[in-house]
Amino acid sequence: MNKMPKWADAVLIPLISILLAFLLSGLVIMAIGKDPVMAIKTMVQGAFGNSNNIGYTLYYTTNFIFTGLSVAVAYHARLFNIGSEGQAALGGLGVALVCLYVPWPHWAIALPAAMIGGAVFGAAWAFIPAYLQAKRGSHIVITTIMFNFIGSALIGYILLNYLKVPGSMSTESARFGAGAHLPTFHEMLAPFGIEFNKNAPVNVSFLIALLAAVGFYFLIWRTRLGYEIRAYGQSETAAKYAGINPVRIVVIAMLISGALSGLMAINNVMGEAERLIDNAVEGAGFIGIAVALMGRNHPIGIVLAALLFGFLYQGGGELSFWESIPRELVVVIQALVIMFTGALDNMVRAPLEKLFIALNKKKEA
Amino acid sequence: MDYLTIIQILDSTVRLATPLLLTCLAGLFSERAGVVDIGLEGKLLAAAFLAGAAASVTGSIWIGLLAGVAGSLAFSMIHGLASITFKGDQLISGVALNFLAAGLTVVVGQSWFKLGGRTPSLPTDARFGEWNLPFSDALANVPFIGPLYHELISGHTALTYMALLAVPLSWWVLYRTRFGLRLRAVGENPSAVDTAGVSVVRLRFAALVIAGVLCGMAGTYLASLAAGFVKDMSAGRGYIALAALIFAKWRPWYALSATMLFGLLEAIGNRYQSITMGDFTIPVQFMQALPYILTVIILAGFVGKAIPPRAGGTPYVKER
Amino acid sequence: MSVQSEAGRQATAAPTASTAPIDAPAIELRGISKAFGPVQANKDISITVKKGTVHGIIGENGAGKSTLMSILYGFYKADAGTIHIKGQEVQIADSQAAISAGIGMVFQHFKLVENFTVLENVILGAEDGGLLKPSLAKARTLLKQLSDEYQLSVDPDALIEDLSVGHQQRVEILKALYRQADILILDEPTGVLTPAEADHLFRILEGLKEQGKTIILITHKLREIMEITDTVSVMRRGEMTATVQTADTTPEDLAELMVGRKVLLHVEKKPATPGAQILEIENLHVVDEQGVERVKGIDLHVRAGEILGICGVAGNGQTELLEVLGGYQNGTGTIRLNGEEIDLTGKNSDGQSRRARGISHVPEDRHDEGLILNFQAWENMVFGYHHAPEYQKNRFLMDNAAIKAMTQESMTKFDVRPPNPKLEAKSFSGGNQQKIVLAREIERNPDLLLIGQPTRGVDIGAIEFIHQQIVHLRDAGKAILLVSVELDEILSLSDRIAVMFDGKIMGERLPSETNEGELGLMMAGIAEENPGEAGQ
Repeated sequence: MNKMPKWADAVLIPLISILLAFLLSGLVIMAIGKDPVMAIKTMVQGAFGNSNNIGYTLYYTTNFIFTGLSVAVAYHARLFNIGSEGQAALGGLGVALVCLYVPWPHWAIALPAAMIGGAVFGAAWAFIPAYLQAKRGSHIVITTIMFNFIGSALIGYILLNYLKVPGSMSTESARFGAGAHLPTFHEMLAPFGIEFNKNAPVNVSFLIALLAAVGFYFLIWRTRLGYEIRAYGQSETAAKYAGINPVRIVVIAMLISGALSGLMAINNVMGEAERLIDNAVEGAGFIGIAVALMGRNHPIGIVLAALLFGFLYQGGGELSFWESIPRELVVVIQALVIMFTGALDNMVRAPLEKLFIALNKKKEA
Repeated sequence: MDYLTIIQILDSTVRLATPLLLTCLAGLFSERAGVVDIGLEGKLLAAAFLAGAAASVTGSIWIGLLAGVAGSLAFSMIHGLASITFKGDQLISGVALNFLAAGLTVVVGQSWFKLGGRTPSLPTDARFGEWNLPFSDALANVPFIGPLYHELISGHTALTYMALLAVPLSWWVLYRTRFGLRLRAVGENPSAVDTAGVSVVRLRFAALVIAGVLCGMAGTYLASLAAGFVKDMSAGRGYIALAALIFAKWRPWYALSATMLFGLLEAIGNRYQSITMGDFTIPVQFMQALPYILTVIILAGFVGKAIPPRAGGTPYVKER
Repeated sequence: MSVQSEAGRQATAAPTASTAPIDAPAIELRGISKAFGPVQANKDISITVKKGTVHGIIGENGAGKSTLMSILYGFYKADAGTIHIKGQEVQIADSQAAISAGIGMVFQHFKLVENFTVLENVILGAEDGGLLKPSLAKARTLLKQLSDEYQLSVDPDALIEDLSVGHQQRVEILKALYRQADILILDEPTGVLTPAEADHLFRILEGLKEQGKTIILITHKLREIMEITDTVSVMRRGEMTATVQTADTTPEDLAELMVGRKVLLHVEKKPATPGAQILEIENLHVVDEQGVERVKGIDLHVRAGEILGICGVAGNGQTELLEVLGGYQNGTGTIRLNGEEIDLTGKNSDGQSRRARGISHVPEDRHDEGLILNFQAWENMVFGYHHAPEYQKNRFLMDNAAIKAMTQESMTKFDVRPPNPKLEAKSFSGGNQQKIVLAREIERNPDLLLIGQPTRGVDIGAIEFIHQQIVHLRDAGKAILLVSVELDEILSLSDRIAVMFDGKIMGERLPSETNEGELGLMMAGIAEENPGEAGQ
């Protein structure tokens, strides 16, 4: 009865979709009179050319792993969380408060506390949309969009009125204390005699992100909660029959999702900026949507997709520097990836299915 | 607050509400036909860019309008291709289109004008002129009615008056014509339309065409108002229009009230950095967030329930 | 979209009819074939239906009846074969073409816009001109005529969502007549009707036939075929196995043609030996999410070693009764299990607590409730019991290996084919899916088994197996509450029968002391006043 082998569904379709997205992106580059091959070379060089570039690529990758996992958790419960952006922003506030108001002696103590701060704030920002969806049927896509805007206004207000250093021109908080400084790859690898660029922002959060991906796997496929989340996502009526409480699942899945987004702040706020700045998330929450879609909501796929977007993001920055192609090109690629892997899935799937059915018939004959 | 201030705030309300109203009506046609459209923001942006670009090159905002509408239409058709033809996820398609517009406008803009993603500023004659209604100047000094007529009712651009006219027109089309009946039906139960021998695909595409044209007008308005395109100039207006649509319960007249309300909030927010009420100060950020907060409250169903068209968000697949 | 084309279409439909030969059959299908991917839904099917007759098409679920009619109505394009209407070959590419050819269709699931009025639904797609006002006015007059002519009265200004199912169906028929259909196809029209409503429908159909309309009735109910059709075609596994005059055949012959072999319509079972009271229900009321009272104060009891069958037309409160007992619907009243009251609204009223108390539940709808179709068989085998200690590896993780091993065992025991725990539920046939659900619920060794529509959409071979398992469980001293809309099933399985109508129990009967006729009347809410009649 199966129309296609599993590997085709899990690997072939996303691969073709991404190829199509890149092909179109190449056409865009050609249309603005640039050379796509040159552009790719510049991007690869800019993303992986030296340890500084690699450090930036992995720094962005860390952000995207967190937001990708965040979107994916919700997606397993068939909830489309567009609010990762806002949840990550609020997570930044949580991390900043933890780092600013406690004089931490050492990062190893500060980090767990900051993680809790970020996760709790991110989860809290996801809670209201989750509760409204579960209890009142308010569409979570719309409410999370609204909460992105409300969150951005809230952060702006708090920064301006409470966290801003008096007399300073820029809307940003004071710098965190030295005890809240997270070790960068430079510092982590030096004891092993490995020279990693000093300025690269990638830090210990990268390892936390990988741990989160492993935890994600166990949560979704090995625990009862994950089982219930997936069951609810597949069929709400069946979940009710099985004694699974829909309200509980929606709220918990969104809390986990928000917490994962909030956790991102240990990377961008605590690890890199070491202070809270306005619009610190820089669209990473939205990229999480592309990452989750492309990664088929599986942690391995998500890590790989996050790496790809880390490459695009860092390489795209270099592109604007060397080739005068605006870094918004990355946003175009991101859009095309979402379009092809998410919305135009059937365009790739239908002909493939026909192909496999024809192949099967031949085999039988 | 004196009378003239109130008139001025209301005048600015109408200005700010115009793009919201057009975008909201665009969303109304699309969603009434069962196609959820969170890509309004992207269409708005694409239209504003192309309108700004064309107007700056040709010196005519009307050619700009054509270009803006064409750009918005193109985005509408991509949305239709993904969500109607290939039965893809409407939400994801909308999200993708928003990013596509955000990215493409800057990439292409930089390539065309080398101004960091903006278009050259439009001179006054390449923008929409203000229409002075008859006797506007003559009546200007009549107490009470004079300012009301001169400032508030007269002196808007053609698009504002078109947007206001679009409200009764939309109502009439939806509730008094065959096309409207079918459009509403396809948003409620597409299989009823299909089995009655009417093409679901064609109806939904027709709705998206209307949405594209309206969004194109709204985007052009933005470009004309700001005298050119700047990066991300839609600034969330597509989402506010979406919020207004929910607020309006998917009805044309309510859409007028909802967008005027949100326009008013923006107008007040623009005029006063903060509002002091006794000991309490309302920060400007709160005013900015108010449309979103109100929408969440409406969505929560605490103030009247907003019931969307039943078939919204799901691609139509024939049952076996 | 011009006024012209609409008017033109209706005008051209009539002349084609008059120029055709008078004795030409209303419909002739020649060699229709249709495949969905690897599945052959229709194989070389030919039918001829004479004008002014009622032609039945009968077959099991999945036999290909609906596919065939969908082809006739332009929903699908046949891979091969031709369609002839009134002697002329026609191409039916879409519903519009079918309507133009004079075909009207009443679907099993009505195609009505719920928040539109009757009038709006009737004109939708057949409006006169671009403005609604004249269309509505014209339709109002015409609708009145049609209603009078065919006993099809409905309020033209009522909203569809406010109408009863029977009235909604009338709107569907009116829609077809408004489009001047002279061939009417009805797909399982009585599934949602009470026997009285069904009778009324049949009278309407008789009237239509007398006016020269041709009617095709698709059903899986032998009784309806015998009652109303002139000719009948039997379908099995995508093929047309026979076409006969109804008067020349018997239900037994048709049943055999349907399933391809002699059918055992009764179940081998010893008389019941009821033991202790397991389930007692007193004055149970259920109000659903829309605020409609679905169950209106019922009293029931089931003993150990006994099957209580509940029959009734779908939608009379049986579903809600099962849901309340299963723990996912709120109810008020008293329910006792083994003499102890169970929590109906509080903390312990959920499905998990019910399962823990020894209530298992094979739900009516295995696609939407009993199974997660995209989950593999082993994941489905613990669905609802995933908290059970034997399926846990430690405090955090489930013991997937143990679950797979258990699934393998159960699949063999319940003859699930293929016995592969890693196959997704959607890949199994209806019968095998049901066996998975049954295995899961019976293997928990419950005190009380709730079972709804145990053989809906299940092939005959599996039906026998499933019935045997239910009887085995009864003989093992368990209490069984069976809900089914199939009277045959109720009569052959139950030790006691309760009839539900409009949320109430109309009465109880012993299978040996009643018959389909009496139960049918009770299901229509009629026999309540004369409980003694069955004994006379």
